[in-house]
Amino acid sequence: MPLYRDEAVVLRVHKLGEADRIVTLLTRRHGRVRAVGKGVRRTTSRFGARLEPGSHIDVQLHTRLAEGQQGPGGQRGLDLVTQTESLGAYGAQLATDYTRWTAVSAICETAERLTEEGEPALRLFLLLVGALRALVEGTHPSGLVLDAFLIRAMSNAGWEPALTECAKCSAPGPHTAFNVAAGGAVCENCRPTGSARPQRDSVDLMAALLHGDWARADGSDDTSRREASGLVAAHLQWHLERGLRSLPFVDRV
Amino acid sequence: MYEGAVQDLIDELGRLPGVGPKSAQRIAFHLLAAESVDVERLASTLVRVKNEVRFCTICGNVAEADQCRICTDTRRDPSVICVVEEPKDVVAVERTREFRGRYHVLGGAISPIDGVGPDDLRIRELLTRLRDGVVTELILATDPNLEGEATATYLARMINPMGLTVTRLASGLPVGGDLEYADEVTLGRAFSGRRRVD
Ligand SMILES: [Zn+2]
Ligand SMILES: [Zn+2]
Repeated sequence: MPLYRDEAVVLRVHKLGEADRIVTLLTRRHGRVRAVGKGVRRTTSRFGARLEPGSHIDVQLHTRLAEGQQGPGGQRGLDLVTQTESLGAYGAQLATDYTRWTAVSAICETAERLTEEGEPALRLFLLLVGALRALVEGTHPSGLVLDAFLIRAMSNAGWEPALTECAKCSAPGPHTAFNVAAGGAVCENCRPTGSARPQRDSVDLMAALLHGDWARADGSDDTSRREASGLVAAHLQWHLERGLRSLPFVDRV
Repeated sequence: MYEGAVQDLIDELGRLPGVGPKSAQRIAFHLLAAESVDVERLASTLVRVKNEVRFCTICGNVAEADQCRICTDTRRDPSVICVVEEPKDVVAVERTREFRGRYHVLGGAISPIDGVGPDDLRIRELLTRLRDGVVTELILATDPNLEGEATATYLARMINPMGLTVTRLASGLPVGGDLEYADEVTLGRAFSGRRRVD
């Protein structure tokens, strides 16, 4: 399949040489793909605008590998972007809002870190598109959209934090102690020293975000939002080998 | 693989931006075949640029003294500052001959995903320059791509409350590009059609 077509979101861009750009895409059917966009940094390129972070595109790519074949070292190498159509310029619509732009960055970096090159990740792709769309629509605070994406992406990766039952012995909750290393809420018997004691509302908010209960999430107060986002971030960083670079720059209001 | 010095040269050249392994090899063999005087001139220029060229303490542009030629030129309008990402963007704007004010070079754009935040750029230095009230207009000429746009948005949000006029280059520069690739006419037009950002 020298040529293939897919739906994708641009996660990250790098400059390459004089005027080219390497884009990291999360595609709907082919997982994470790295590809070259030729000449896109020239201001005459009409391509360029579609190959920006946060763009949802229909893309045609050229690969040197046959279907299912892997390159040296398991790397697919770089594909070549030959055509793009915009399905939603989410990044471009959000770059003029700094708070939401930093959320886009953290969402894209997380999507990159939780996927492998060439391994389809449909559910994460759908979460990603949904989160970007929600940021553009602005119906929910951007911090909540980000945290909902993070907690659901973790759940999808098999790292769903325990929010009601004890993470260690499954004793029914709610429990008042929370320990990231233990996997979330912990009962009094299992509680490791140094566990946090978050407010009940904060843990409820995390559950609302995980299950898409927006009425409850939108009704939360600033204190529990702050505490919940701290716990979500800590939980995510615990599971990733390297921390997310963009998370400290997220502009929380 | 080649021996010793030749391979070292290929490796060094290969580390330069935009130079792939094939080009590195081509340049290395070109240098090997070149006249000694030409190679020595290149080598001494490389050393000189590192020893003599500094960054202007006011605007961050490349300079041969403490301050660059534009900052010390009294004919330049001190009330307008054009904010760009890199020294090469100063050259691009100068080519248009549309701008008679001064510059501020940020040293890049905000890019959280690459770990570059506001504190990694020369934003504090910019705020210091605005403090004495001489500057009345700030033109944000960051690259017309999303990092550039987000950086301009961040600066506008911070500087607007200070009572300055903050403007952004007019669209017409297609999104996704680098400022340095804009031709003079387009860039000049973007300057004269700049719009206020609130
Ligand atoms: Zn327990
Ligand atoms: Zn200067």
